[in-house]
Amino acid sequence: MNTVLDVSNKNIPGADVPAQSDGPIQYVNELTTLNLGPTHPATHGIFQNILQMDGEKIVSGEQTIGYIHRAFEKIAERRPFYQITTLTDRMNYCSSPINNMGWHMTVEKLLGVQVPKRAQYIRVIMMELARIADHLICNGILGVDTGAYTGFLYLMQERENIYEIYEEMCGARLTTNMGRIGGMERDLSAEAIRKIRAFVSRYPKVLREFENMFNRNRIFMDRVVNVGPITAERALSYGFTGPNLRAAGVDYDVRVMNPYSSYEDFEFDVPVGQNGDTYDRFMVRGEEMWQSLRIIEQAIENLPEGSHYADAPEYYLPPKQEVYKNMEALIYHFKIVMGEIDAPVGEVYHSVEGGNGELGFYLISDGGRAPYRLHFRRPSFIYYQAYPEMCKGVTLSDAIVIMSSLNVIAGELDA
Amino acid sequence: MLTNEEVAKDLIRQFGEDVYDFEDPFDLLTLSTKREQLIPMLQYLKDHPTYQINFLTDICGIHYPDDPNPEREFCVVYHLHSLIHNFRVRLKVFLSEADLHIPTATTIYACANWMERETYDFFGVNFDGHPKLIRILNMEDMDYFPMRRQYPLEDSTREDKIDALFGR
Repeated sequence: MNTVLDVSNKNIPGADVPAQSDGPIQYVNELTTLNLGPTHPATHGIFQNILQMDGEKIVSGEQTIGYIHRAFEKIAERRPFYQITTLTDRMNYCSSPINNMGWHMTVEKLLGVQVPKRAQYIRVIMMELARIADHLICNGILGVDTGAYTGFLYLMQERENIYEIYEEMCGARLTTNMGRIGGMERDLSAEAIRKIRAFVSRYPKVLREFENMFNRNRIFMDRVVNVGPITAERALSYGFTGPNLRAAGVDYDVRVMNPYSSYEDFEFDVPVGQNGDTYDRFMVRGEEMWQSLRIIEQAIENLPEGSHYADAPEYYLPPKQEVYKNMEALIYHFKIVMGEIDAPVGEVYHSVEGGNGELGFYLISDGGRAPYRLHFRRPSFIYYQAYPEMCKGVTLSDAIVIMSSLNVIAGELDA
Repeated sequence: MLTNEEVAKDLIRQFGEDVYDFEDPFDLLTLSTKREQLIPMLQYLKDHPTYQINFLTDICGIHYPDDPNPEREFCVVYHLHSLIHNFRVRLKVFLSEADLHIPTATTIYACANWMERETYDFFGVNFDGHPKLIRILNMEDMDYFPMRRQYPLEDSTREDKIDALFGR
């Protein structure tokens, strides 16, 4: 919008002032096109938004995605089941173990494998650690985007500690490939338990410090309260799940509604917000970290004895020592590694509560070694559609904050 | 607590011949319908006073080139969820390659927009009435639909690929 400026220079001698017309003031409806992305440090990932700006305000936005599309669904149609795990942890790479476990559970559901309690508890511990890692990145980055780098820096150290626990469990840090179909690849070692206990005892202090810095911080609240609100109705229509939906006031949590991996054994609360704005999303994620800590504490205290993998020799790699000595183990080892195990015919949908919401796996098996069709329900992909609507009428700096609070992960968006 | 039987019986009462192939793999009510009945059915399930199946979890496509019936070559699958009753329904619509058209669900669910674009992008299913049916993850100038089964990934059993040619 071009406003008419009263420059009042009529009295300056020699100024070439055009005669003011008597007619109505002509407003020129001129929008600026602003290209945000694909590679912009503030978008934390590769996605493009072409924004139409009216001065400072965003009028509309058009999204382009797919910059890191890697055709996982197509690749999965040729891979044996255990090799698909490595595809899943490249989706939401902030919380890879959740994706891994979700995939294992989907296959186990198809195969009818019953996983022992101990493996389920270890999975819960790893998934909740992953959730904390996911949320702390999101909340930390939200701080960075509002101009406070300190919180991010403090929390990042804790993510490092979580990654050390991952390393103890699977040897990897980011793309974890953790667990196996039928259980966990290795048991919780004494060192892993020590690290988890150390994390559980240390993290509350760090998180409290972080919350003291942000939760009632006037500058922070001015930036996030009532920014990018979405009503529960719109959020449901846009397919929101996870913390973003709960921030809008709908208490849908897959862990509670369809408990998997023994989540029904644990006591935890589901935080919900009211306004669905950026502040609520931040607060819901913050509270979820506390609840995750509670779950980890309970799981590590009540860790059942027993095996960490199911008795499913056709699907779970036998221990290496057995492979050297035992013929059956060698045969199974060979068959599994070569992907010669056929899965039963079936059609299964399984979902887990990922870092960003309901992460679903729709698997159709025609009885072959690889899925006939595998579709990932990726929460980021579905709720990111709402971004232009949420950005309507806000300034660019608020749009950055909204995107940050939605926690759109490029790998999950594009699969 | 809704049961699969209860909803299935009600749908048969409501839509008669147009719903068929009832199954419940892993306790998830699965049924097929004709494409003319798709939107009325989505609307019916959403507006039903007790079911309130008002959450569209997912849309995806499947290609069955080997199906003897050409009318069943393509399938579009809708996963619906009632957050009130924690009840899921899987709705399938089969289409032939000659007539790959299906009405859009964007009028009922805002999130159907990108899901349908994705299905179009990978399978070439045309969603009639969609506000902007263009490719979403692949390049605009791609001239085929990559998730169809006739486009295989590189076959590891091929013998004409000699390692020496690839510097291996």
